[in-house]
Amino acid sequence: MRISTLLYTIKQGLKNIFRNKVFSLATVATIAACVFLFSLFYSVIVNFQNMVMKAQAGVAVTVFFDEGISDERIQEIGDLIKQRVEVSNIEFISAEEAWDSFKEEYLGEYVDTFGDDNPLEDCASYEIYLNDVSMQDSLVKYLETVDGISKVNQSAMAATMLSSMNSLIAYVSLAIILILFLVSVFLISNTVAMGITVRREEIAIMKLIGATDFVVRAPFVIEGLILGLFGAALPLIAVYFVYNRVIGYMRERFEALASLLQFLTVQEVFVTLVPVALIMGAGIGLIGSYFTVRKNLRV
Amino acid sequence: MIILDNVVKTYSTGSPALDGISMHVAKGEFVFIMGESGSGKSTLIKLLTKELSPTSGKIIVNNTDLSKLKHRNIPKFRRSVGCVFQDFRLLKDRNVYENVAFAQLVIQKSAKEIRRNVPAMLSIVNLAEKYKSFPRELSGGEQQRVAIARALVNEPPILLCDEPTGNLDPRNSWEIMKLLEEINEGGTTVVVVTHNSEIVNAMQKRVITMKRGMIVSDEQRGGYIYED
Repeated sequence: MRISTLLYTIKQGLKNIFRNKVFSLATVATIAACVFLFSLFYSVIVNFQNMVMKAQAGVAVTVFFDEGISDERIQEIGDLIKQRVEVSNIEFISAEEAWDSFKEEYLGEYVDTFGDDNPLEDCASYEIYLNDVSMQDSLVKYLETVDGISKVNQSAMAATMLSSMNSLIAYVSLAIILILFLVSVFLISNTVAMGITVRREEIAIMKLIGATDFVVRAPFVIEGLILGLFGAALPLIAVYFVYNRVIGYMRERFEALASLLQFLTVQEVFVTLVPVALIMGAGIGLIGSYFTVRKNLRV
Repeated sequence: MIILDNVVKTYSTGSPALDGISMHVAKGEFVFIMGESGSGKSTLIKLLTKELSPTSGKIIVNNTDLSKLKHRNIPKFRRSVGCVFQDFRLLKDRNVYENVAFAQLVIQKSAKEIRRNVPAMLSIVNLAEKYKSFPRELSGGEQQRVAIARALVNEPPILLCDEPTGNLDPRNSWEIMKLLEEINEGGTTVVVVTHNSEIVNAMQKRVITMKRGMIVSDEQRGGYIYED
């Protein structure tokens, strides 16, 4: 495409937008509303998933060993566990460490009554941290078959709950995003159809002069693209300013839950949100206008 | 240059708009097509520009068989046929220069070519000084000259004019006809559909007369033989 044709196409696309000011504004507003809602959902979801992931990281499977097991066998079991794909990290807790921790946590001033004895002599263990809690079941099944392991402790409820919550969030957000996407496509399609009606005379002249389908259609597709991008950029600016305020308010209001409510920074959220929202806006614009132009402009 | 062989065009509503038309227009000819309203003149123009397809029969324009012309090749074909209409069909929001340049822009001519060709074309139609004027600031005759400049700027070998003087007073009508004659003398084949029997009779060109979708006379240096 020649530069003069490209410039003409962009100029005509912009002209279309200003010719149908009311429709263009309505379209931008709708896309902006959709992208704004999407951004809110996204911010909530990534923060929630971040919290879930942090909670997941704290979920561990603990294995204890048969009485009188050798240190070499414990080492071997450790190596076997490390090779599993489900495992992200493994920590050995010796009998002494286990007793020290127990004393500190539960005995306090009564610690002396036990003297130098270690009642947890056979309670050395591995604490195994997972890549994904949904994999816990398969790992536990494996561990129960390993020779030398006497007991496997797991937190089945935490694992199931966190895992299903993650899936639920993903499905709900997908459904909402899909609905918003379809509404936006419908609206942009109406605006472009309006533009085609207004420019019917010009289109007829272009066709008679010998303009190709591409040259006739391109300004309308550009119009949709510009509306889509503009509609996506506005809510991003709004979300940028709103996000920090909301996070600050939440931290202040729910101080007691500070350890659980670990929010991502606006930069961390925007690294993915900005390209996704802009592609979404551009996609809505392109798809809506492309199909409307194909339907209404048989040139 | 233009060949029609037993062309029939029937709309879904009833009797045929064109009923077995055959004609031949040679390269460089100037032809008037006359006839009362509803005689099929406008349908004929639309068939020649491939806006419509015939129900049956063969149409060849500038060596292109229109019945075999694929959709994707229509734009290229239309560049070989300039069109002028009774209602000028200018873009009201663009000035004279932009209206003529538009024809070059949509066929993707370079900016350099446009800057060279458009002023030259405006000089030919005597509108060089009014290049900044908008259509509403021009007389009917001037608007039609802009339309002619737009139709010719891409140098088509054929110019089709559908009632080009229909909205003009006698003086402007004559000016437009003289301009079309000059264009024809430059080698362009010109086909003019008109009602203006006074001009047709005075110009002594080939006249094809149509009635109810059929050609009823074809005079080499004739006049209009029927009155509305």
